[in-house]
Amino acid sequence: MNRPAAISGTTTFWQRHQRQAAPWLFLAPGAFMFLVYVILPIFQSMWISLYEWDGIGEKTFIGIANYVELFDDDAFYTSLKNNVIWLVLYMLAVPAGLFVALFLNQTVFGIRLIKSLFFFPFVLSQVVVGLVFAWFYDPSFGLLAQVFEAFGLKPIAVLADEDYVTYGIIVAGLWPQIAYCMILYLTGLNNISPEQIEAGRLDGAKGIRMLWHVVLPQLRPATFIAVVVTVIGALRSFDLVSIMTDGGPYGSSRVLAYYMYEQALSEYGFRMGYGAAIAVVLFAIMMVYITVFLVRMFSEERGAR
Amino acid sequence: MFPAPIEKSGAHWRGVYKVALPVSLFLWLIPLLAVMLTSIRSAGDLAAGNYWGWPRDFHLLENYTAIFENSPIGAYILNSFKVTIPTVIGAVGLSCLTGFAFGIYRFKGNLALFFMFVAGNFVPFQILMVPVRDMTLNLGLYDTTAGLVLFHVAFQTGFCTLFMRNFIRALPFELIEAARVEGVSEWQIFTRVVMPLMRPAIAALSVLVFTFIWNDYFWATVLVQGKHALPVTAGLYSLNGQWLAAWHLVSAGSIVAALPPVIMFFLMQKHFIAGLTLGATKG
Repeated sequence: MNRPAAISGTTTFWQRHQRQAAPWLFLAPGAFMFLVYVILPIFQSMWISLYEWDGIGEKTFIGIANYVELFDDDAFYTSLKNNVIWLVLYMLAVPAGLFVALFLNQTVFGIRLIKSLFFFPFVLSQVVVGLVFAWFYDPSFGLLAQVFEAFGLKPIAVLADEDYVTYGIIVAGLWPQIAYCMILYLTGLNNISPEQIEAGRLDGAKGIRMLWHVVLPQLRPATFIAVVVTVIGALRSFDLVSIMTDGGPYGSSRVLAYYMYEQALSEYGFRMGYGAAIAVVLFAIMMVYITVFLVRMFSEERGAR
Repeated sequence: MFPAPIEKSGAHWRGVYKVALPVSLFLWLIPLLAVMLTSIRSAGDLAAGNYWGWPRDFHLLENYTAIFENSPIGAYILNSFKVTIPTVIGAVGLSCLTGFAFGIYRFKGNLALFFMFVAGNFVPFQILMVPVRDMTLNLGLYDTTAGLVLFHVAFQTGFCTLFMRNFIRALPFELIEAARVEGVSEWQIFTRVVMPLMRPAIAALSVLVFTFIWNDYFWATVLVQGKHALPVTAGLYSLNGQWLAAWHLVSAGSIVAALPPVIMFFLMQKHFIAGLTLGATKG
């Protein structure tokens, strides 16, 4: 290494070693915060899940009793089932977002404004989205009820019906999520190589064939990110459930994220250990996706350098 | 360009597109338009069952003054700013440092540590809830905006680090090598060489983090109780309980609560989208 300081011969210890020390010094504050508030709590939760604890008093070690209890808990299975429904239906946001993006990928007058307005729902808080849709579904005066009445049908109280409630909430969640996927695809479409499209056209490909064989392969990075954020969004579905139904009616719209909160912090009692056990299960499900994401990122990093 | 530009198709399709575009936009935004319209209705209008028709009289000023005078929504909004702005500064600041460390230096454990940040970013909040709440209580910061800020800064640092590191990786490395040959210290490489180039990344992350934190609801309910520290998302939900069926007030409150991130989005749209679509084009 040719460092001028070394040439002059008056190097201090710091000057000689700053290249080695620098990364750690730059990392220290951020890594400290992240360790204390994110990484350690994951392990603490796993540990707490082995205890009976009301959050204030003494912790009592009970081994895997919380998990055994989960095994027989109907509410847990309802939440788990709803999480699966969320995961599957939330995925509709990806093709729907692609569809909207294809629809809007034109250069007509005012299209930029129209694109931002389509994106708009994503900027809203889920609290606002939840309130808006709760009102939309209201059986006595909601728009949905009015549409039903216009067709001579009896309105359904979507959020009060055990069979429909989860689907009703998912529709509300899809509204901003489609907007998110749309913006990912619009950016992806913007970066598609025009040569390949032209080549495809010369080969006589168009419409769906062109989309499937030429466009979609180039949109793979966008699709990947869209799937990742949608899975995470589905598993994090707490806000809408809390705002629209509080998990009701009779706990039929609970998801794991909400059930955990309910067990640990609601009027039903402060069962921190049991809540933590539910959170560990949710975390284990999420870990599958996190691992897939990391493996992909790792192979990309390998390719990059 | 795909699909084929509409100008190249026949007049028939151009006409269809011109009609379909505004109609679909209208349908897409119906929920929002309804809220806007309701926020200027009178209570009488709603009592008469006029929920979706044109308002008979406009109570724009009345409704919006009413929510500020008769509810703590003003205080809630102030709390939201007290949480959001320090979080943006903290998370973006810390991630400039971490992103620089990961992006510039090759050291043992670089990738492993970096992946820790990335992975932590995706965990469900519930796995952090009990310990973080407990820690906040022990620090004496439960029910304060500071408690929320500390957690948000830490958590957002994960996402911001991913962003900053990839951004710095894309900068020309020769710049840094040239500076080192000149004998510039590592700290000065950070402040004089790299920081000025990071402005677009800082702008993008600032708007994104602002929106995420402003819209946070979960942590606001877990770490805060009283109205002196409650952000507007959780506040709006509690007001919804008080304003039972007073939909004109709920709507006006929702609009006020949504406004800051919406303004931010429209002012900084380019940066916002650049931040959000990171990774959607490469690879």
